[in-house]
Amino acid sequence: MTTEHVDIRAIRSRRTFGQNAWRLLKSAPFTAKFGMAVIAFYIFCAIFAPVITPYGEAEIAGKAYQLSSWDHWFGTDQIGRDTLSRVIYGARNTIGIAFLTVCISFAIGGVLGIYASVTRGVLDQILSRIVDVLMSIPVLIFALMLLTMFGKSIWSLIFILAVLDSTRVFRLARNTALSVAVQDFVEAARLRGEKLPWIVLREIVPNILPPLIAEFGLRFCFVFLTISALSFLGVGIQPPTADWGSMVAESKTLITFGRPQPLIPAAAIALLTVAVNFVVDWFLHKTSGLRDEK
Amino acid sequence: MTEFEFKLEQAKSAVTRGKLSRRDFMTFAVAGGLSIAAANSLFIRAARAQAKPGGHFRVGLGHGNTTDTFDPATWAHGMNFAWGKGLTGAPLVRVDPKGGCVPYLAESFEPSDGAKKWVFKIRSGVTFHNGKTLTADDVVGTVNYHIGPDSKSPGKAYLAGVASVKADGADTVIFELKGADADFPYNLTNYQFPILSIVDGKPDLSGNGAGPYVLDGFEPGVKVHFKRNPNAFAPGNFDEVTQLSILDPAARTNAFLAGEVDFIDRADLKTIDLLKSAPGTEIYNVSGYQYYNAPMLTDVAPFDKLEVRQALKWAINRQDLVDKVLFGYGKPGNDSPIASAMKFAFNPEPVYGYDPDKAKSLLKQAGMENLKVDLSAADAAFAGSVDCALLMAEHAKAAGIEINVIREPNDGYWDNVWIKKPWSHCYWGGRPTADAMLTVSLAADAAWNDTRWKNPRFNELLPLARAETDDAKRTAMYAEMQQLVHDDGGQMVLMFSNYVGALSTKVAHGDLNADNDHDGGYMYDRWWFA
Amino acid sequence: MHPVLRTVLQRLGLGVLTLLAVSVIIFSSLELLPGGFAEAILGQSATPETVAAFNKSLGLDRPATTRYVEWVTGVFTGDLGKSFAGAGGWRSDNVRTVTSIIGPRLYNTFFLAALTAIIAVPIALALGLLTALYRNSWFDRVCNALTLTTIASPEFFVAYILMFFFAVKLKIFYPLSTVNADTPFLEHVSRAMLPAITLTLVIIAHMMRMTRASIIALLSSPYIEMAKLKGLTGRQVILNHALPNAWAPIATVIAFNLAYLVVGVVVVEVVFVYPGIGQLMVDSVSSRDMPVAQACALIFAATYILLNLLADIVAIVTNPRLLHPK
Repeated sequence: MTTEHVDIRAIRSRRTFGQNAWRLLKSAPFTAKFGMAVIAFYIFCAIFAPVITPYGEAEIAGKAYQLSSWDHWFGTDQIGRDTLSRVIYGARNTIGIAFLTVCISFAIGGVLGIYASVTRGVLDQILSRIVDVLMSIPVLIFALMLLTMFGKSIWSLIFILAVLDSTRVFRLARNTALSVAVQDFVEAARLRGEKLPWIVLREIVPNILPPLIAEFGLRFCFVFLTISALSFLGVGIQPPTADWGSMVAESKTLITFGRPQPLIPAAAIALLTVAVNFVVDWFLHKTSGLRDEK
Repeated sequence: MTEFEFKLEQAKSAVTRGKLSRRDFMTFAVAGGLSIAAANSLFIRAARAQAKPGGHFRVGLGHGNTTDTFDPATWAHGMNFAWGKGLTGAPLVRVDPKGGCVPYLAESFEPSDGAKKWVFKIRSGVTFHNGKTLTADDVVGTVNYHIGPDSKSPGKAYLAGVASVKADGADTVIFELKGADADFPYNLTNYQFPILSIVDGKPDLSGNGAGPYVLDGFEPGVKVHFKRNPNAFAPGNFDEVTQLSILDPAARTNAFLAGEVDFIDRADLKTIDLLKSAPGTEIYNVSGYQYYNAPMLTDVAPFDKLEVRQALKWAINRQDLVDKVLFGYGKPGNDSPIASAMKFAFNPEPVYGYDPDKAKSLLKQAGMENLKVDLSAADAAFAGSVDCALLMAEHAKAAGIEINVIREPNDGYWDNVWIKKPWSHCYWGGRPTADAMLTVSLAADAAWNDTRWKNPRFNELLPLARAETDDAKRTAMYAEMQQLVHDDGGQMVLMFSNYVGALSTKVAHGDLNADNDHDGGYMYDRWWFA
Repeated sequence: MHPVLRTVLQRLGLGVLTLLAVSVIIFSSLELLPGGFAEAILGQSATPETVAAFNKSLGLDRPATTRYVEWVTGVFTGDLGKSFAGAGGWRSDNVRTVTSIIGPRLYNTFFLAALTAIIAVPIALALGLLTALYRNSWFDRVCNALTLTTIASPEFFVAYILMFFFAVKLKIFYPLSTVNADTPFLEHVSRAMLPAITLTLVIIAHMMRMTRASIIALLSSPYIEMAKLKGLTGRQVILNHALPNAWAPIATVIAFNLAYLVVGVVVVEVVFVYPGIGQLMVDSVSSRDMPVAQACALIFAATYILLNLLADIVAIVTNPRLLHPK
């Protein structure tokens, strides 16, 4: 009998977090698995960049514009730095910068947006109007002006992009939170006498998470593109920091002659964007509650 | 001249006149000892040497701004500098391909009073595009527009030596100078000084000039269109000229490759070898007077120490910069700002090569081992400035010097960085005379003294050399000045850069000017369609 | 009052305030930016003397507040002012009004935006509907990956690749899009084609994905279940039942992208040398030409406000509950 008893307990015991995650992963479609594999690979590159790169980030390792060879798989750039090493270091810098920027913009925009939607009133009005004003100024031109004003360190780049981006996050967070905040279950929690932090964290945040995460994925990729456009217009990242956006901008003239150099960092950006969005799509699908017949 | 050379010249002129076939010319030239390729290129050049009118010349330039106007006081870049030299505007004098100063709107000019007074005779019968006749008063009014007390014109600095200018009758203008200047007429070749039509004492700034082309359409920052001026005293060859402003180098290259333009300037050097092999392309490559430098403020620590300046000069591999930043289209500098092709050029000893050990020992002498300095760079200073700074940092490492490269914004670079930050990048465009090259950035009181260098001996020699009319004495004085700049100055002349562009083989030209890009700014009236 | 009318009036009122705030921000940014018009124009050859003369002739030596008030009063009386370029000249025929500078470029910008929208919006909607209908099929995934790739490549990169193939190699389109008021309509279209295709590739993914997502989001609602149980085909369900209720978010994202086509295309303008208003604003900001920069900023802000208003009106009109309130 003892063994049977154990069996029942075993059946009843909840699956651990790890087991759940594994089950979820197994059920993921091919695209999501592909996306996760790519992201894992990028993160690996970012973390172990100094170990796996054959040359240093700023090291001048040979002549300028060599084609690919055994010493330089992807060739060398305009002053003779190894392109492969730069692309790998680029993973570290680009992902790091984009991730920080998006985190800060979500911290600012998300918190203020949810707070505005829950309290409403004067603060909501003021914040919404400020965001309206900021959003009606073209991002690229505004960023150009601010960067010229506040200098060109990586930190000011991150903060300026984060603040400009946070207006969009604020809009989204406020609007989705507003539609949740008027629903009955939130009203019920309020009447139950729950405190504001509890309502926000337990009732509102879980319900607005999916669109916010989708936005996170997209915004994350847009940061690279903004940096690359800024670089194109002459204000980018401080050299010799490697970053994909600036690398594409630096080697752009080669496209005219069908040379492959600019393709490599551009492909790195595109692949990551596709991967992130595949994962986000899967997540949205999981949380949408839609049971697909197939 | 040998007999063969003499006959060759005759044969060439026969080709030019259309009197000699290619076959006969080649037979003759090859028999005389020339290779077939050389003979062929001689033939092509001779056959094209005859300028003929016609055609629509379209150029794509890496310059242009939506704020451009036809007020010469606001001209500052390669799109509008030609307007004053030979498009709508016409100056008194121009520079010829050999570097000499030749009359243009002036008929003649001569010095008197030991080069303290210059008399210009104005060509008669010249009219502005609106039909008004050119007189000496127009010349006087134009000069006063630039040197007057309210002048906004950068041209003021070039005419700082003028004490007074007055008309003597309808066709004579007399310049009285503050000090003697044997090269004074060269100053008037500057692009800011096309002669303007003066009406009621005020200059006409609408583009109405006496030049070979009439303004026919102006979209600032996009496109300027000109038509041949049938009444010009020296008409241009083309029927029409269009300047397109294509700031992006890749777009410029594409426009050229697709045949939308016949000439592009500032070719992208990274891809120049690929462009060279495109069919129907001639690379415009002129080693000019322009140089890229890295001025150190000689009154700011640590650059106030001579050893530091010299150590840095030894710690940079200039040949490597020429190879990587200019892709070989240039020459390493030796801290004299005067290009070797210019009159009075001098190559001071010792030639600054790459010698990190010497740099190290100089720093040790000064007690400044492990020097750390900031270097401000931006592509506004010159194309490739940021890459150049990174290379310099890499070179200097070997001498134990740490150069921290700061990429400054292009926007406002000249205003906030240059001559403000202790060490920055800068470029100097060509000036036609040694005096102008030395005065503009190295004279103690120069408005653009970008090293704040005030060497007493140098500044004593400068006016003496300017006033001297004996060439041998001048040569010695200019050599001494260049030696001083080389030894003591803060202007690190990194490299002389060529003017590199691309032109369609349909376009023909004679000898090219080296003092500035676009054949000195004269390509629009000198070149022609073959 | 009718809800549509009320929204319009309310938003227009707020819009004017927004424009005022934008003008204050742009003006003060231009003041805070180092250097002024004179320094920017004269560049390397600026001297303190010539800069002072320049500033005096433009009236820039007066306090900033005076100049701002002067400018605002001008705008309220319908005068956008004169560009600093040429304004300091001695003769009045040299002066350029802001309207004369902006007019033709604004037309070009709207032309390009319209051309792009005509190409991009139908394709995006069609792809969005198809991918929603055949969701999770290979067609869906390939569409998704392709559009994501184009959206994830820097604009100038896409532009150069198109230019390389279509202008330099195949010579189908012009590599340069220099157009002016005299350009015939058809040539204008063909000159603007490459920029339009570039922009289409840039914006299509966003609109397509939003269309797909908003339709799929509705598919789990009870009334769709009902429609399915009635035996309607997938196509009928999506076109007749899901789409009418998905218009609001789709309209929002289309409005957002149309606004982008007007305000955000400076990079494409630079690459193709298309004389639009984005490049004009970047140029006038970097040369500190305040009246022109301000006018551009106001146009951008107004475009943004109006398109958003339009999206909201669509949301009201397509939602009976909002259109006929109790």
